[in-house]
Amino acid sequence: MSFNVDERGYYGNFGGAFIPEMLYPNVEELRSRYLDIIAEPSFQEEFHALLKDYVGRPTPLFKADRLSAKYNTNIYLKREDLCHTGAHKINNTIGQILVAKRLGKSKIVAETGAGQHGVATATVCALMGMECIVYMGAIDIERQAPNVARMRMLGAQVMPATSGSKTLKDATNEAMRHWINHPVDTHYIIGSVVGPHPYPDMVARFQAVISEEIRFQLQEKEGRDYPDYVIACVGGGSNAAGAFYHFLDEPRTALIAAEAAGLGVNSGHSAATTFLGKPGVLHGSKSLSMQTEDGQVIEPYSISAGLDYPGIGPMHAHLFESGRATFYGVTDEEALVAAVECSQLEGIIPALETAHALAVFERLQAKPNEIVVVNVSGRGDKDLATYQNRLKLND
Amino acid sequence: MTKMNRISALFASATEPILNVYTTAGYPHLEDTMTVLNALQAGGVDIIEVGMPYSDPVADGETIQLSNQAALEQGMSVAHLFEQLKDMRKSITVPVLLMGYINPVLQYGVEAFCAKCAEVGVDGLILPDLPMVEYEASYREIFEKYGLFNILLITPQTNDERIRHIDSVSKGFIYMVSSASTTGAKTGISADQEVYFSRIAAMNLQNPRLIGFGISDHDSFVKASKNASGAIIGSAFVKMIAQAKDLSAEIVAFVQSIKGKN
Ligand SMILES: Cc1ncc(COP(=O)(O)O)c(C=O)c1O
Repeated sequence: MSFNVDERGYYGNFGGAFIPEMLYPNVEELRSRYLDIIAEPSFQEEFHALLKDYVGRPTPLFKADRLSAKYNTNIYLKREDLCHTGAHKINNTIGQILVAKRLGKSKIVAETGAGQHGVATATVCALMGMECIVYMGAIDIERQAPNVARMRMLGAQVMPATSGSKTLKDATNEAMRHWINHPVDTHYIIGSVVGPHPYPDMVARFQAVISEEIRFQLQEKEGRDYPDYVIACVGGGSNAAGAFYHFLDEPRTALIAAEAAGLGVNSGHSAATTFLGKPGVLHGSKSLSMQTEDGQVIEPYSISAGLDYPGIGPMHAHLFESGRATFYGVTDEEALVAAVECSQLEGIIPALETAHALAVFERLQAKPNEIVVVNVSGRGDKDLATYQNRLKLND
Repeated sequence: MTKMNRISALFASATEPILNVYTTAGYPHLEDTMTVLNALQAGGVDIIEVGMPYSDPVADGETIQLSNQAALEQGMSVAHLFEQLKDMRKSITVPVLLMGYINPVLQYGVEAFCAKCAEVGVDGLILPDLPMVEYEASYREIFEKYGLFNILLITPQTNDERIRHIDSVSKGFIYMVSSASTTGAKTGISADQEVYFSRIAAMNLQNPRLIGFGISDHDSFVKASKNASGAIIGSAFVKMIAQAKDLSAEIVAFVQSIKGKN
């Protein structure tokens, strides 16, 4: 079975490009050119130079001894939290802005939920001197004020999405509408492995640097280039796609995805798409999404704004359906406990999104001789207000 | 299919520009759908396009988005729409299209949806996020089995080769989007747009064309109709019914004013 995209833009039953005709020329231009552009030696050179000198790659693979001792196995942390701007998101925005330049585009539009992708996009736009518009749900603008300020400091225009539920899915709709209204000079930098083909594949390729590094780093440290488990959290699924990418066809590596179960999978306040979703079309691709019987998209809930999305990318829907990856639902409470544990055992404050991935050790029951790699997708600075509030740190 | 589709019959016999009006089902009030349809027909509309409300209508601008949201909040659904349209053909003789997004259709079940359309007397579908390749691969056979025309869009950015392909797959008419935009984003017809309209007119396509997006009054309707068989009005109509005090009378007056008959 193949876990990569086929020539029709599908992963098994999921994927495709369900877009209105108004977007067809843009998406088709991207589809017909992205592989050639990425393969150009000048692109590879520029991409890798920026990842090294600007983002700070390779990010360390850190052996977490105290966590390992607690769970009686060998736990490694892949430190994407040390990337410039504090999360893996910038691997993708660097790649896409280099593609946009080669397509002759002068303006960038993006969507953002927590603001991490918005900040990563505003950052590369500043770096490349491109105009940047970021759509953000009006509600998210209020609850993620520091990232709004960072985007503005970087020169981006932050546009409130006031339609629908005023959160990430609506910001994505608005970014798509903006692209429809500005088809010639603008490139849309999607922030996860979602959207119409070729976005899921393109974003996965840019994030694949994560698993490429894990391979050689494990080879150095453990004398073998694969772990027994790779764990990552899944919002849309970009950090997981990057952490899984080079192990998709490695049967000795189990792929573990942590979804946000909010107040509990069946509480009515959850974002655990593989548990609650049905096949359908959202934001341009066929995948699993949370929806009513009538096919209306349901607004999800999670303590973590980056996992608060009603769908997952088509690659993950395929990994789920085929059984290649195992999906766990992690509640707000479990994530908070894991965040404290990682902070106090390893001195690393993780992002709330990442905390969901750190919460599955107990359930994993890895053996003492096995190797577990967790992708630490981001750092917890942006979540301090939530941590202060929920953990009563100031009392 | 022995019976001629109402859309084909209309285009074959029309002597004046065709007016297609879009309305959101379940709007302004949940049970207004049939009132709106009957008034549109009484006013002299030639085709009625009934929008199936969706939570995430990416091709639509603010006016239609808000009407979709309001209709959903009032309890509108695909199943309820079919209930409302159950006896539609007792009064409505003009062609009726359903417009909407593919996800609710997938949840209803494509075949069940098409069967229900045929049963209540729907003539065609406009599903902007169902692209032509997907239509040809997985939907065309089912739509045709139930005699439903799939109306495809072209835009100023669609190249000639693709327009020819769309023309070969289309039945009924081609929906010509007047500018690169979402619905209701722009109003009026510019000189550039007229160049685009006449370029397409000169292609001698096998299907007739209706022009939509940005048509809001008699003037833009007449301008658009010079280079096509007629035009489509959506946002301007939805805006009007949002504020109408006497819904039926104002709809009749609106349609007549667009057609220049009052
Ligand atoms: C730190 C971090 N991890 C994970 C995510 C979730 O996105 P994805 O599933 O695409 O990796 C986000 C999104 O904002 C994030 O900021």
